[in-house]
Amino acid sequence: MRRFSWFNATSIALGFAFLYIPILLLVIYSFNESKLVTVWGGWSTKWYASLLQNEGLLNAAWVTLRVAILSSTLATILGTLAAIVLVRAGRFPGRTLFSGLIFAPLVMPEVITGLSMLLLFVALNMDRGFWTVVIAHATFSMCFAAVVVQARLYDFDKSVEEAAMDLGATQIQTFLQVTLPIIAPSVISAWLLSFTLSLDDLVIASFATGPGATTLPMKIYSQVRLGVTPEINAISTIMIGLVTIGVLVASYSTKRASQQQERELKAVDAGAK
Amino acid sequence: MRRWLLISVPYLWLLVFFLIPFFIVFKISLSDIATAIPPYTPVFDFSMGIGEFISKLDFENYRFIFNDSLYVNSYFSALKIAGISTVLTLLVAYPIAYGMARAPKEWQPTLVMLVILPFWTSFLIRVYAWIGILKKEGLLNLFLMNLGVISEPLTIMNTPLAVYIGIIYSYLPFMILPLYASLEKINPALLEAAADLGSPPWKSFWQVTFPLSLPGVLAGCFLVFIPATGEFVIPDLLGGSDTLMIGKTLWGEFFGNRDWPVASAVAVVLLLVLVIPIVMFQSNQEKEREAAR
Repeated sequence: MRRFSWFNATSIALGFAFLYIPILLLVIYSFNESKLVTVWGGWSTKWYASLLQNEGLLNAAWVTLRVAILSSTLATILGTLAAIVLVRAGRFPGRTLFSGLIFAPLVMPEVITGLSMLLLFVALNMDRGFWTVVIAHATFSMCFAAVVVQARLYDFDKSVEEAAMDLGATQIQTFLQVTLPIIAPSVISAWLLSFTLSLDDLVIASFATGPGATTLPMKIYSQVRLGVTPEINAISTIMIGLVTIGVLVASYSTKRASQQQERELKAVDAGAK
Repeated sequence: MRRWLLISVPYLWLLVFFLIPFFIVFKISLSDIATAIPPYTPVFDFSMGIGEFISKLDFENYRFIFNDSLYVNSYFSALKIAGISTVLTLLVAYPIAYGMARAPKEWQPTLVMLVILPFWTSFLIRVYAWIGILKKEGLLNLFLMNLGVISEPLTIMNTPLAVYIGIIYSYLPFMILPLYASLEKINPALLEAAADLGSPPWKSFWQVTFPLSLPGVLAGCFLVFIPATGEFVIPDLLGGSDTLMIGKTLWGEFFGNRDWPVASAVAVVLLLVLVIPIVMFQSNQEKEREAAR
């Protein structure tokens, strides 16, 4: 049984203070009655009320939500396929390039990805707007999704799949009934990760979008440039709240799912013996 | 047969939407600006032969970039800011990751969760939060002046210092997580053995712990350095007009000047600057993956 040493406890406490205090201050000041950031005018929810009047912001939020749902679903499907290719397809011509294409977007500066996507859309003569943002987001999110799912594919016991095949399941049956349920928690986290990446993105969306498809980060960015306002704090607080709840629920449910799975596998093991 | 179908779907998607666009960027960087929509001379003109095609390519935009101190300074300043912030992020992240790896086992999943959580909240919002803290009449100055530590407000906003703080803050989880992953794997018996053989704790740290954590250090540094070099949001919102960084310059060239060919040339050079760290990052990941098997 290990305990916290004072050094470790202090560094963790300081680190987490650094990570969380700015977010906490942002949330607290969204309830500030006064319009000035530094003057505390008492608690108020009036900035939340005024958000509901802000047509432009609400529209942008709606666009962002639809983009995020579509692009993360696409990204999860493509990313899961890519992960299976990386882990299970063995050697094939162009494999090095393929894994390069999966890892490069993780670190590629967004201005480069955004510009190159835009130029592709222009060269293909595609109308820029909602769908080009969806494609752009799906493309860079699928790489994050692939990395998440790949980690799980490496972990799990391949003999379960082999057993299914030995018992006469086809490849597709094996995938749907054995592999997919086992990697499901990681597929869900891949979807969530892609979803928040899309929700957050300013740079790539700014390049890929066209008239009529302004996303929430673009709207927030143009207001932030004009200065700090409690209204932005309020919308930020809502987004932080939603994401926090989503992540906590997801991590709790995936944890339960994997515990459940472990129990079942143990039961199967015990039965086999 | 089915295997090829499986491979080709994600492969083709990445080729079309990620790799080919780079070639288009390269091609457009070699063309001239035009007052048209899109604002550059055509990329492909199939009426001309190969010889003519090659002779039409010109490196005018590149000459322009290298002769204009704005661009050259933007590259160097971006590399410098990214490099210094990477080192600072490592220094901040290491004790945290170390503390996490040494925490009681049942605490660790929660601690990891707490590191990841801010990463899920919007990047833009987290950078925005620092404006309210760092600006002249912001919360930090208010706090320090109320404590009586300073009498005049500090100017942090719109200086490189604000950009460093912004990068460290935003990229900290990217550094902590790989560090934690490699520190957590270290077998405590190694440190006990070192202690039994008379090694003082600091020496064990430098001769046992630190070398074993190097894969995590490397992965973390790449994950911070490469994107930070092309960073746009942080220098734009926190750095003010004095802080040059190439991501910001590219953005201005594209959205401000509407000069797509020069913006493309800026992107190509940035990519060339980053290609070595990117390849190193990939081979590091590849090695880790082989080791994980």
